[in-house]
Amino acid sequence: MKEFFCDAVVIGAGAAGLCAASVLAKNNCKTIVIDREDQPGGILKQCIHNGFGLRYFKEELTGPEYACRVAAMAIQSGAELMLGTTAVEAKRNSDGSCSFKVFSRDNGVARVTAKAVMFTTGCRERTRGNIITPGTRPAGVFTAGAAQKLLNVAGYLPGKRAVIVGSGDIGLIMARRLKWCGIDVAAVVEIMNHPSGLTRNIVQCLDDFGIPLYLGHSVTNIYGKDRVEGVDVTKLVDGKPDASTTFHIDCDTLLFSVGLVPEVELAKQLGVKVNPATGGAFVDDDYETTSPMVFAAGNGLHVHDLVDFVSEESERAAACLLARLNSAKEEKTTEVSVDKTLKYVVPTLTRPGKKVNFFFRPLIVANKAVLECHADGVLLKKRMIPFVRPAEMLEFELDVPENCSNLNFALTGGELL
Amino acid sequence: MIYDTAVIGAGVTGAAVAWQLGRYDISTIVIDKAADCGFGVSKANSGIIHGGFHHSTTSLKAKLEVEGNLMIDAMQHALGFPYVRTGILVAAFSEEEMQTVEKLYKRGLGNGLKGLELCSRERMLELEPKLQDNVVGGFYAPNGGTIEPYRYVFALMENAMLNGVEFRANTKIVSGVFKDGIWQLSCEDGSVIEAKYVVNAAGLFADEVSKACGAEEFTIRPRKGEEYLLDRSSDARPDKVIFPVPSKNSKGVLVIPTPGGTTMIGPTADMIDDKEDVSTTGEHFDKILAMTRNMVKGVERRDVINAFSGLRPAIEGDDFYIAPSEKVPNFIQAAGIQSPGLTASPAVGVYIKDLLKKCGLILTEKSDIIYENPPHPEVRSLSDDEISELAKKDPAYTRIICRCEQITEAEIIDAVKCGHTTVDGVKFHTRAGMGRCQGGFCSAKILEIISRESGIPMQELTKRGANSRIISGQLGSIEVKL
Amino acid sequence: MIKELVCISCPQGCRLTVEYTDDASNASVSGNRCPRGKSYAISELTDPRRIVTAVIPTGDPARPVLPVRTDKPFPKAKIAELLNTIYKMRVEPPFSCGDILLENALGTGINIISAENRN
Repeated sequence: MKEFFCDAVVIGAGAAGLCAASVLAKNNCKTIVIDREDQPGGILKQCIHNGFGLRYFKEELTGPEYACRVAAMAIQSGAELMLGTTAVEAKRNSDGSCSFKVFSRDNGVARVTAKAVMFTTGCRERTRGNIITPGTRPAGVFTAGAAQKLLNVAGYLPGKRAVIVGSGDIGLIMARRLKWCGIDVAAVVEIMNHPSGLTRNIVQCLDDFGIPLYLGHSVTNIYGKDRVEGVDVTKLVDGKPDASTTFHIDCDTLLFSVGLVPEVELAKQLGVKVNPATGGAFVDDDYETTSPMVFAAGNGLHVHDLVDFVSEESERAAACLLARLNSAKEEKTTEVSVDKTLKYVVPTLTRPGKKVNFFFRPLIVANKAVLECHADGVLLKKRMIPFVRPAEMLEFELDVPENCSNLNFALTGGELL
Repeated sequence: MIYDTAVIGAGVTGAAVAWQLGRYDISTIVIDKAADCGFGVSKANSGIIHGGFHHSTTSLKAKLEVEGNLMIDAMQHALGFPYVRTGILVAAFSEEEMQTVEKLYKRGLGNGLKGLELCSRERMLELEPKLQDNVVGGFYAPNGGTIEPYRYVFALMENAMLNGVEFRANTKIVSGVFKDGIWQLSCEDGSVIEAKYVVNAAGLFADEVSKACGAEEFTIRPRKGEEYLLDRSSDARPDKVIFPVPSKNSKGVLVIPTPGGTTMIGPTADMIDDKEDVSTTGEHFDKILAMTRNMVKGVERRDVINAFSGLRPAIEGDDFYIAPSEKVPNFIQAAGIQSPGLTASPAVGVYIKDLLKKCGLILTEKSDIIYENPPHPEVRSLSDDEISELAKKDPAYTRIICRCEQITEAEIIDAVKCGHTTVDGVKFHTRAGMGRCQGGFCSAKILEIISRESGIPMQELTKRGANSRIISGQLGSIEVKL
Repeated sequence: MIKELVCISCPQGCRLTVEYTDDASNASVSGNRCPRGKSYAISELTDPRRIVTAVIPTGDPARPVLPVRTDKPFPKAKIAELLNTIYKMRVEPPFSCGDILLENALGTGINIISAENRN
């Protein structure tokens, strides 16, 4: 079996992995990036629409363009890209290093051993099965991302007339893509009373084409024996479908865009504890997980709405990893929590005297809200935030005060969902 | 060509008959209206190898169940299908239920079963710590297990075909007449298949086939069962199959550790009218969730990765209907084979072979029977050295396509070479697309591999035959109008 | 006249209020957090345009399509015609990001460029 040794192994060559790798390798850290695909870039490769890079590259790019740039950065930095390679197993060695068993296009079964690990594994889509949608089980049911890959990477059309379940950004982007490929989009159906995707995507992907968006509705039945023939859509009253409101839509294709889940299965094998609120690892202010020298960043840590944030986060995490290669772990005693107005905070553990960028996913809708931070029960800092939506992540920079054992964040104003 | 035997239906019963008939110096054809074998009743069931204690000793069902159970291990060795003799626990949660358990135990003993054990609460929890703590007692049947039903049918058919049996998929029989000692079976596509003997193993449609051939009139009514699949990371996965105490109509809702590593909960049991209604409902899920939670710890809604439903081909009376037709000659009925039909199937195959012999079919054993199927390497269960060896010859053995179940390109190619050219067929043969992402990441790649290896254009590929096409055309084939 | 718009120039999605009399090109815009908001609002009311992205078949079985885009926002009314033109194109590698694949598309002065590097 071929053996590879390095200082840091990065699992996943999407935006997070490539940006992390370029920071690591630039600083003389021998870095190997493992990815199952033959080309670097991860999911960006199938996101052929524009809207990427305005913050990170100060320029509007498409997904593949963004992928090309971050891949070039990683390669120029000297990181080794091990592509066509799937990490199937992770274990901790007695000397503290971690080893990954990989299946590789070029190297057969091989082992990669590293002093530190950066998990940048991205996320997967929730499926019809996850949300238990009733009905038949015909062909023509796709996750939005699977249909996106079929269209944008393979060049095939998934159907002729579609209904999209869920108003997440991928679903909205796919609504426009389908229209631009000559496929009719009959409706987007969202169970929440507000869209899950960014407002600008509602405007440019639905409103531009007159595609109806049914908020507070659910697909309550799928018809069709061989291929999808239609769906029933029902209005939700107090969260439950009201059968008297059911109407039918004919379609031959159904796309599910019902949320993303960080991929943590491999990390769990190294004892990484998972935060149920994010679905990703618990990390401290160095992006270090509960497993020593194991780090996580990007959508595999928590689902971001912009790739630009993913790049920035993974660069910060890589810098922390570099520092940890040469120093012992600092004691972290300040616990970070949120109240019911926020779904989660990253990181959940920090220490006094540290400058930290905290990230949140709101659970309220407000045209104006105030994000407050309490340190041990005393208001420490607050900031007004316009247009708070669950679709849009919040960021808050803070110097953790001395002697602080607990930080709590909350939003005030607006409507709780 | 006039075949000696035509078997209508390539489900578990038809495949088991074919597997048996392949050993004799006769010509056999198996016909199925679906795109692949096992695509009807057989693909969607709980995959249980039953212990032989649910049914009365006097029934044909119980006799064949017990015999079939005893044959499975040797068959697994020869044919190679995923099967684990996990053992079955029937869990009682009240003293009243315990009385029923004792009856089952006695019935099992009466059926000649070995190793049965009546268990205290402590013994139950020792055997299966995943059981809820308020279990009162129960009994343990070490002879039960779980099997991948589709792979089992594939393995039976593969062996039958290695021994010369022909298989014709996508072929629906619309009528049959017995003329001059020969059955003429007319197919929907206008072709005619001629055979001296016919076995009606048409599952849900056995009543229609029987009627179309002028044989007995009876009714098969589908009894629907919904099942839900939990991710392999679910805490609910027990070591053994957990049964509740059965009711009069059903063996109840089970918690099943599948051989593939996932956990299945179900099935429900509802009589319905439509033989093609395999839809699922939300209400049933809530019921299954509640029932299985009462038995086992760790059943969570968030772990559900898929739902499906299957139909049991229920017939009047309590037993299988396996007998020569009394109305028409050389026609064997094999109908109403619902649970424990999977467990009984090896014995059903032998039993029907013997019935054919009794009806005058001359069976001379071949001298060159192929007993064993060729290996179908599953990379996920091989050692590193074994994988390295395979990869040296073919790098496709280390190219993972389905990341959730760790299925390689080589395994998908193997499935296509075995004749499985639908997406479901490949999925059932390899498990590709059965994991937590449900094909979200790999479906486009799998389609490309099937198309490349089979020569079927992408646009013609289907999920499971007929009109279940996955792709409507190439980009640019529809004019864009905005 | 007063119109409410959501700016699509960046993910912030500013809610714009646009006031004008007859000629929207002199409109006053509020609610924007940067100058792009104003130019978007005026363009949207006078000559709406979008960046168009698509893929073109390449004839390479390993990577059968190439992602492409317009190098500037393209007139909305002509997008369907543009896409039908793009889908009929066939291109052969190599490509670099920014390579012009179709010059002056539909006489607009806007080019279709490669959005990926390929050898």
